Amino acid sequence: MELGWWGVLIAVAGGAVRVSVPYLFVSLGETLTERSGRVNLGLEGTLVLGAMSGYGVAYLSGSPWLGVLVAGSAGAALGLVHGLVCNLPRVNDIAVGIALFLLGTGLAFYLGKPFIQPVAPRLPHLELGAWSASPPVRAALEINALFVVGALLAPLLGWALFNTRWGLVVRTVGDNADAARALGYSVRGVRAASTTAGGFLAGVGGSFLSLYYPGTWNEGLSSGQGLMAIALVIFARWSPLRCFWVSLLFGGATALGPALQSVGITAHYYLLNAAPYVLTLTLLIWSSSPRHLLVGAPSELTISR
Amino acid sequence: MRIGAWAETAAISAAALLSSLALFGIFVALRGLDPLDVYATLFHGAFGTRFSLEHTLTQSAPLMLTALCTALPARAGLLVIGGEGALVIGGVVTVLVGVSLAGAPAPLAIAAMCAAGALGGGLWVGAAGALRHWRGVNETISTLLLNYIAIAVMNHLVTGPIRDFAQVLKPASWPIGPDFMLGELPGTSIHWGLAFGVAACVGTWVLMRRTTFGFAVDILGGNARAARMAGLPIGVMILTTSILGGAAAGLAGAIEIIAVHGFASASLAVGYGYTGILVAFLARQNPLAVVVVAILLGGISASGGLLQRRFGLPDAATLVLQGMLFVAVLAANTLAGRFRVFRPRTAAA
Repeated sequence: MELGWWGVLIAVAGGAVRVSVPYLFVSLGETLTERSGRVNLGLEGTLVLGAMSGYGVAYLSGSPWLGVLVAGSAGAALGLVHGLVCNLPRVNDIAVGIALFLLGTGLAFYLGKPFIQPVAPRLPHLELGAWSASPPVRAALEINALFVVGALLAPLLGWALFNTRWGLVVRTVGDNADAARALGYSVRGVRAASTTAGGFLAGVGGSFLSLYYPGTWNEGLSSGQGLMAIALVIFARWSPLRCFWVSLLFGGATALGPALQSVGITAHYYLLNAAPYVLTLTLLIWSSSPRHLLVGAPSELTISR
Repeated sequence: MRIGAWAETAAISAAALLSSLALFGIFVALRGLDPLDVYATLFHGAFGTRFSLEHTLTQSAPLMLTALCTALPARAGLLVIGGEGALVIGGVVTVLVGVSLAGAPAPLAIAAMCAAGALGGGLWVGAAGALRHWRGVNETISTLLLNYIAIAVMNHLVTGPIRDFAQVLKPASWPIGPDFMLGELPGTSIHWGLAFGVAACVGTWVLMRRTTFGFAVDILGGNARAARMAGLPIGVMILTTSILGGAAAGLAGAIEIIAVHGFASASLAVGYGYTGILVAFLARQNPLAVVVVAILLGGISASGGLLQRRFGLPDAATLVLQGMLFVAVLAANTLAGRFRVFRPRTAAA
């Protein structure tokens, strides 16, 4: 069956669901971290380390879910380092993020050398397209289990941030550290914990890259998805639910190049691959303003000042 | 700068270097290697022989220039990490100019290529500075995104519009030709890029320390509100520092083309821009210290191959060491100003 341009549309929609997962997990983690008043720019490194450790453990143990757990733990460890180093006075959280970006990538490349060849078990997915006879439609409706987890986590995190005592504490620390301190909460403790939890989510997002799509481990696996997800949080105005929709948009933009290539349009392949970066930059320019703070930004945040 | 302040900078950076080396020692010990043996090899591979020293100095040239891309805007309070992208764009522009000037006198063409590379890199990072000033766009995130965009643009050009189909192993651009290649420093195998790097660092130091412009930039970096109150031209300063920083990284790209590769390809984007950020932070954004630190880190990169051959360590081992060093440097920042030893007696009273 010839689908033509419909095929491109279906491939982009299916790609959006598939490719959005790392964006979704990293942006949810970063939303939590930034709500507490810190920026962790190192989540790109966390994503790569999560991808490597998840793949390695899934290969050695035979269980992809154990891999996901270990990937999250590796991410949490990097998040904890960020949280603790930034707890020292006069340490710039953005700079520490860049350092952990390099360290996370370096560790992943260093430890990941033996896992480039072996094949690890993949994460399971739901076949929602079994009713269709068309292979592209079926491929587009293969919904990965982690996508379902992320889609449930986004509203849950949004609800928790605004309707629980715990969420209130995180937001108070992020909006007014002095008030939180006066109420007797440990500002450093809450921030370190939020950064650790954010790192866990980013690590899980990384395991998706190596255990489902593209589904292998190599050094070129992530090309800035972790970084774009951080910019995405600004555009989503620190709302977990909006992170979900914007992640889908970014997933679609990333899937555009390969989708066009599948129908034989290969010209400007590299330029089309730059689409998500250009989209991120455009959205960033659009959502910034020289006159006032970013709308909805936690006021303790260094990037919004 | 006072002697005390110099000593403090040196002491803090040395403390960071030693603690990260200790951490790296534990890391390689977990692999069953003797840390002291690894350190000795690291030193030997970086500075031990004439050959390794020349290799180290060659590696340090682009690091000096990409470090300025972070260090210069940092004095105005910006955190720019676009060195990698500016280097790539500078390299691509250099090739375009070099190819179109084929047949011109070599000194003229080399000067034009360097100027074009610097201009390309300068405009690339300058755009991020302009967005920061007029639109409030965070310069750290925008420059990181621009790195990825620059690499995509280069890949697009070298796989299509300017591809040299005579090169079959990997996509590469047309060559600029042997006539336009930059030579080596007399009596060595180090290319002239090192002289460019040192000159740029010294020039930046003069600009920052001996001119009113540099003084005004330091005020802006120290206290943006005070600078605004004093009526300083903030936009001009942000734009100038980011353009000059980008120009330095663009020049690094030009040198990679005219002194090393001769054409543009993916080997332009090998991480000089990212290591340059580390150099700038380890030098605490001081242009003269950048020269020393760039040689140090050039040495670490240069010895990666020897570590690989001798101990079977993956080449990413030097990346791990750099990452640990970076975290240690930033953590050590908390020590600045804590020790009375480094302060003159009058201030202690």
